[in-house]
Amino acid sequence: MSARITLFTTARILRQLRHDPRTIGLLLVVPTLLLTLMRYVFDSQPAIFDRVGVIMLGVFPFIAMFLITSVAMLRERTTGTLERLLTTPMHKLDLLFGYGLAFALAAAAQAAVAAGLGYALLDLNTSGSAWAVAGLAIGNAVLGMAIGLLVSAFASSEFQAVQFMPAFVLPQMLLCGLIWPRDQMAGWLEKLSNVMPMTYAVDALIEVSRHADPTRTMWRDVAVVVGCIVVALLLGAATLRRRTA
Amino acid sequence: MDHAIAVDDLVVVRGKRTVLHNLNCTVPRGSVTGLLGPSGSGKTTLMRCVVGVQKIKSGTVTVLGQPAGSPALRRNVGYLTQAPSVYADLTVRENARYFASLYGIGHRQADQSIIDVGLREAADQLVSTLSGGQHARASLACALLSKPDLLVLDEPTVGQDPVLRNDLWQQFHALAAEGTTLLVSSHVMDEAGRCERLILIREGRVVADDTPAAVRAATGTDDLEEAFLRLVLAQQKHQKVVA
Repeated sequence: MSARITLFTTARILRQLRHDPRTIGLLLVVPTLLLTLMRYVFDSQPAIFDRVGVIMLGVFPFIAMFLITSVAMLRERTTGTLERLLTTPMHKLDLLFGYGLAFALAAAAQAAVAAGLGYALLDLNTSGSAWAVAGLAIGNAVLGMAIGLLVSAFASSEFQAVQFMPAFVLPQMLLCGLIWPRDQMAGWLEKLSNVMPMTYAVDALIEVSRHADPTRTMWRDVAVVVGCIVVALLLGAATLRRRTA
Repeated sequence: MDHAIAVDDLVVVRGKRTVLHNLNCTVPRGSVTGLLGPSGSGKTTLMRCVVGVQKIKSGTVTVLGQPAGSPALRRNVGYLTQAPSVYADLTVRENARYFASLYGIGHRQADQSIIDVGLREAADQLVSTLSGGQHARASLACALLSKPDLLVLDEPTVGQDPVLRNDLWQQFHALAAEGTTLLVSSHVMDEAGRCERLILIREGRVVADDTPAAVRAATGTDDLEEAFLRLVLAQQKHQKVVA
């Protein structure tokens, strides 16, 4: 492991992003647009927008980073750059942390724009602080990145990688409490949602929206999310094989 | 003689197919060794074994005195994959400087490598906008910049114009004169004459492992293409007799 190689890798990934202004535009504008849409869908029910809006602030970075990472990693595999990197002094974790850091920074920018607009222009109200919401949004981005990195190992084309989004992410969105409280679902669905990482990411955001100070439940949720990130990264590292058939 | 690469009884199976059959060969230090054979003969697989990214069934590959793929070798072995492996959404210079940074090498040496492969004018162009030949050279620049003890180059001159090809081969020899060992694959026989040693392979078996002069003498022809053909025919006849 080398901090220097990790940072150079982060810089390289951000440079790749910089050469792709349209992707940057989409990353920053799409969540903002969708949040605005939500605001006016719930025009007559501001309380619902407060609840759903804050969850969306956490879910956007998860989805965006899941997609971007799985495609970026797939490209590393298919263009041979991954094989080349693994013949250099680079450690596998340098690559994973390099991606994690780069996309956490991108997610921070995304969260800043979307949350800034939400609080300033769309009358989003949370009991907890906007900083906590932004922090959780970044955590969700890193979770999305870690899971995206892992599932990219099971895709052999970009067509497949993109379809892992509905396969892995949509069920979590449906069950995480975003569209209906989990304790009112069929019992087996609630049990299923208990083992899905996004459930805890969203639960932490709900806690922040309801309570002025961090609650014990929120810290438990954060711990679960961090645990999921570590496990996904370790499993992801295991899929980066130096020797392949 | 001290060998940079020693391959001993190497067997590689990919899927159900045996790609390398009990292969033996050596590459002397400080030489340019050509790995020649038709497409699908196992050249790339053998090179992947040397850089340690290929799963092998049995046998050993020793590189610079250590088992191929040892962590210590990653600093001393440079690898050019057959398909150019650089980032298409970065410029040539950004690619070279990134790969240089992995070895702790500065910008100046990375930029020099770009000039060495004749990409000075295209240095600030995105790789995705380059021609096929330029793209391949951008990849080559990233393999050369760490000045490793062993360079494994998989078809580095394919698709390049004759003047440039000549220039690249001169650079390979200049590197060898400084002590670098080069293993260069090609499927074009007219490049065989440029090597100090030849390893000819076909269907995963070594057909010849010798100097070009010795190959010419043994087959009684000056044309290496013809020599290769005669060696293959002789081997087939031998196999039939054995069977």
